Amino acid sequence: MNLNISRLLLAGMIVLACQSAHALEPYEFPDEQTRLRFQELTYELRCPKCQNQNIADSNAPIAKDLRQEVHRLLEEGKRDDEIVYYLVERYGDFIRYRPPFSLNTALLWLTPIVLVVVGVGVALWLGRRRKVTSNGADDLSPEEEERLARILRAQDRTFE
Amino acid sequence: MKRFLLFLPLIVAAGIFFLFSQMLEHDPNELQLARKDKPVPAFALPALRDASRILTEQNLRGEPMLVNVWATWCPSCHVEHPYLNKLAKQYGVKVVGLNYKDEREEALKWLARLGDPYVFNIFDEDGRLGLDLGVYGAPETYLVDAGGIIRYRHVGVVDDKVWHEILLPRMQEAGWQGAES
Repeated sequence: MNLNISRLLLAGMIVLACQSAHALEPYEFPDEQTRLRFQELTYELRCPKCQNQNIADSNAPIAKDLRQEVHRLLEEGKRDDEIVYYLVERYGDFIRYRPPFSLNTALLWLTPIVLVVVGVGVALWLGRRRKVTSNGADDLSPEEEERLARILRAQDRTFE
Repeated sequence: MKRFLLFLPLIVAAGIFFLFSQMLEHDPNELQLARKDKPVPAFALPALRDASRILTEQNLRGEPMLVNVWATWCPSCHVEHPYLNKLAKQYGVKVVGLNYKDEREEALKWLARLGDPYVFNIFDEDGRLGLDLGVYGAPETYLVDAGGIIRYRHVGVVDDKVWHEILLPRMQEAGWQGAES
């Protein structure tokens, strides 16, 4: 009885694990390495229609077409970068989840670095300013000490 | 320096405002046209009406034209169709159809029922030419100039507004001298 339940659970888990869309298409590969390359490529290419899914996970017809295209190009013996270039030629850098550095993507790549530099700069500047003001408060010259005492005395008198 | 810092929030806010107002204009679902200013990719596909007639990229030159990607399974194409009829018949625009991943019978029935604005239709049954062009959803309309160079793509329904504000100026730029110019 227990064995049956665990078998059922196992079967359920296997079904869930196979939910990825391309698991539904029976692609055949000459070897394990090509299968892995197919997996990697389809995980790194973005579906043009659904935007925030890769073509491996999307059920959109265009994603299916692109999976088929990647498979076809793999069968033709194309290299990974050739396959990516082939698709970029048609759909633009948009379909790459890792866009190359260019004028268009400079903002995307450089903003984090700029923000970190600005943040560190502001933190250093604030830290230095605090030190300067606290030093200044402690370091009154003898004349200033005397003047301060005089002002305080004068004030005490007015309140009497 | 202190005075400058006082204005810093204002400057940052103005920058953000500028950035966001730019984004208002931009539809994130619209992809850039990878083939912009490049020739129509080579192809050899049958015509929709006459399967024995083979059309190639050579058929897409000579004068500025619109290449409309459509299919009978595409609801927005149904919405768009009457306006394409108007463009072709009233404004004299050369409209070529790219029947995309469709069935020949169904497509012919559609044209018989809704009218045929197309000079001819390329029958792209398995979407090869569509993929080469970078089609990601019908309807799409490509503007091809006399030299067979792709100048623009509109994604979505072409209507009066799209024609007058977007396509017509670009057609004229490509040297089109139709009834509407």
